[in-house]
Amino acid sequence: MVLFVCFEQLSPIFLYNSVSWSTLAMNTTVVAQLQRQFQDYIVSLYQQGFLDSQFSELRKLQDEGSPDFVSEVVSLFFDDCSKLINTMSRSLEQPDNVDFKQLDSGVHQLKGSSSSVGARRVKNVCISFKECCDVQNREGCLRCLQQVDYEYKMLKTKLQDLFNLEQQILQAGGTIPQVDIN
Amino acid sequence: MAEVLRPEMLDISNDTSSLASPELLHVLAVDDSMVDRKFIERLLRVSSCKVTVVDSATRALQYLGLDGENSSVGFEDLKINLIMTDYSMPGMTGYELLKKIKESSAFREIPVVIMSSENILPRIDRCLEEGAEDFLLKPVKLADVKRLRDSLMKAEERAFKNIMHKRELEANDIYSQLKRAKI
Repeated sequence: MVLFVCFEQLSPIFLYNSVSWSTLAMNTTVVAQLQRQFQDYIVSLYQQGFLDSQFSELRKLQDEGSPDFVSEVVSLFFDDCSKLINTMSRSLEQPDNVDFKQLDSGVHQLKGSSSSVGARRVKNVCISFKECCDVQNREGCLRCLQQVDYEYKMLKTKLQDLFNLEQQILQAGGTIPQVDIN
Repeated sequence: MAEVLRPEMLDISNDTSSLASPELLHVLAVDDSMVDRKFIERLLRVSSCKVTVVDSATRALQYLGLDGENSSVGFEDLKINLIMTDYSMPGMTGYELLKKIKESSAFREIPVVIMSSENILPRIDRCLEEGAEDFLLKPVKLADVKRLRDSLMKAEERAFKNIMHKRELEANDIYSQLKRAKI
């Protein structure tokens, strides 16, 4: 029977409410659909290179006691991105007065934090960015800066969609699937 | 009439309070990156550790009472079992912090682990030579912390067993002497 197959996916709350069978069945389907959507979406983010295995490490640290851990860390990361990009943009403003040392420091920080959260594309741009800094290539740096700005904003949107899906699953009484990427 | 002093009756001063209970390793984590601080704090909490996080080597020294402003008196109750520090930090680096800790009589026994995003062999060698317990490549993983914790627990267990064994030998030695002296 469908109900027993999906038993684990429903939070206990449904057992104690007097809910009609059809509503229960419908909720089960909704939860299952949302979970499938979530699973497909997160897998696609890994496959398209937005995220790497470090993101899985972050997810391992989230539980009922700390249900917002991932979104909190990621939020800190995006704040970091915004701040660092502003600073680096200023460093690059004057063509004959670029502080490559400060730039390098900013790139290093960005690379570090992107690596810590599993933001793979952002991290990869930082690698190219560092190379441009090393040879004092201002044009190259400007391109990288633009790209890093694009990538972090893209990731921000993608992860927002992912977190929204999580919320929908929880509100429908389901649990968030464990997706192992390694 | 003299009592026969048995080893169990001798007051073996119990210093085992210096060993933290297995569940609560108190870790001092040092990192200038807010993202990394949040991450390492959670990583350590999930691994059943008590965590204190600071954002610079200077603040770490302040916390330990090694900044010269305060004496180490009053910090005897501070039971830190492990220090984990980032290598590249503005101001004082993790390497310099390591050296300061190893220079201090109060804290030199505390294991210090260096974390770095850069896999530079001479850097790793330098840190290990200076007495670092381990060198972790960032990003740090749950498995890294688990491995660290397990090896520290084993080392503490070994140290504990050695202490107890040594005391047992000492007690037996005293007992034999007393027995010979026919007290």
